[in-house]
Amino acid sequence: MINKKVANVSEAMEGVKDDMTLMVGGFGLCGIPENAINNLVKMNVKGLTCISNNAGVDDFGLGLLLHKRQIKKMISSYVGENDEFERQMLSGELEVELVPQGTLVERCRAAQSGFPAIFTPAGYGTEVAEGKEIREFNGKMYVLERAFEADFAFVKAWKGDAAGNLIFKGTARNFNPAMCGSAKITVAEVEELVPVGSLDPNQIHIPGIFVQRIFQGEKYEKRIEQLTVRKKA
Amino acid sequence: MLDKIGIAKRIAKEVKDGYYVNLGIGIPTLVANYVRDDIEVEFQSENGVLGMGPFPYEGEEDADLINAGKQTITTLPGASFFDSSLSFSMIRGQHVDLTILGAMEVSEEGDIANWKIPGKMVKGMGGAMDLVASAQNIIVAMMHTNKAGESKLLKKCSLPLTGVGCVKKIVTNLAVLEVTEDGFKLLERAPGISVEDIKKATEGQLIVDGEIPEMVL
Repeated sequence: MINKKVANVSEAMEGVKDDMTLMVGGFGLCGIPENAINNLVKMNVKGLTCISNNAGVDDFGLGLLLHKRQIKKMISSYVGENDEFERQMLSGELEVELVPQGTLVERCRAAQSGFPAIFTPAGYGTEVAEGKEIREFNGKMYVLERAFEADFAFVKAWKGDAAGNLIFKGTARNFNPAMCGSAKITVAEVEELVPVGSLDPNQIHIPGIFVQRIFQGEKYEKRIEQLTVRKKA
Repeated sequence: MLDKIGIAKRIAKEVKDGYYVNLGIGIPTLVANYVRDDIEVEFQSENGVLGMGPFPYEGEEDADLINAGKQTITTLPGASFFDSSLSFSMIRGQHVDLTILGAMEVSEEGDIANWKIPGKMVKGMGGAMDLVASAQNIIVAMMHTNKAGESKLLKKCSLPLTGVGCVKKIVTNLAVLEVTEDGFKLLERAPGISVEDIKKATEGQLIVDGEIPEMVL
């Protein structure tokens, strides 16, 4: 077993510097690497480019980094529900690249899988395709989209072991698996770090080869963005 | 004239037995409430769940279980979870049978705009561009006119496009229309709405062929 376990979040994030490109897992606030994000705030690294489906909310998730002006550029598919984000974007303080959601994940996966680029039909005929190579296959038009290049990927899983194997829970899986192994260094934080050998190899979603560092998060707030319930009859 | 629930009820009739369906945010989400209960349908949400169920009971919500609108949900027996890549394989690979989404504008050529108002609203396209680029069967749910009373069914979209030539059918508060090579073909009228009313509210080419029946909800 190759040991990926580090003592804590500080050790896990050694080497993160100003102006780096970071991938950050999660969809909305679901499945975000809370401990890594909070530590980025503490480290006060600046000029970051963040690849993440969303940008958090005003006072949680990546919104915390935006608030401290630590992010230079966001690469996302949807950035609503965040007033500070909208203000910085409209005033030009923040650079934003909006990418169709399926393209965003596939550009991560291309980096993970050794593909320099992929062809997708998403965005053909729209401003997303401007300046990009277009090619026809079987009578349909496709846009060439390049693999991301990132320094660190921060992902969050439910359970993991020191070998770096990961299991996700519910819809907290989302972008996390495609970001594993898509950057130079992948840091996985888990709710529960279990002894090596206790995870069933049949049930592992991401094998440890894609993960360089793993730690158990100190705590998880797991904030709900839109609480919707029904009354019991 | 229909309200939002009326539009959802009419669209629910387009959902057939054995369909996998992706519902967008807004009116489309309501469609799930009105699908016949004697047919089998599975709802997909692009953040990674197939077999979505209703909202959880109070106190039973799970932060790790949401839909693409970030609302807490439940799953039904037979449901599955997957990552975003596999989710868009279902969409791009045309495994999802029906996509229902909202729009700000639709053109008579089937172009759709629903993600950006330059200088005003830039929230992003989310999964909409992937959905419209690939789905074989797209129904748009929207009001026939905007708040200023201007038609949303146009010759050409004025807002930045989400996709080109992709919309097949539109259900509005006034009518059901099919996008054809010659323009918007009027299929049904909403209760109490005349063909004249629909003509007045439609800027793009409207095709009225014979007697137009009233919708049955």
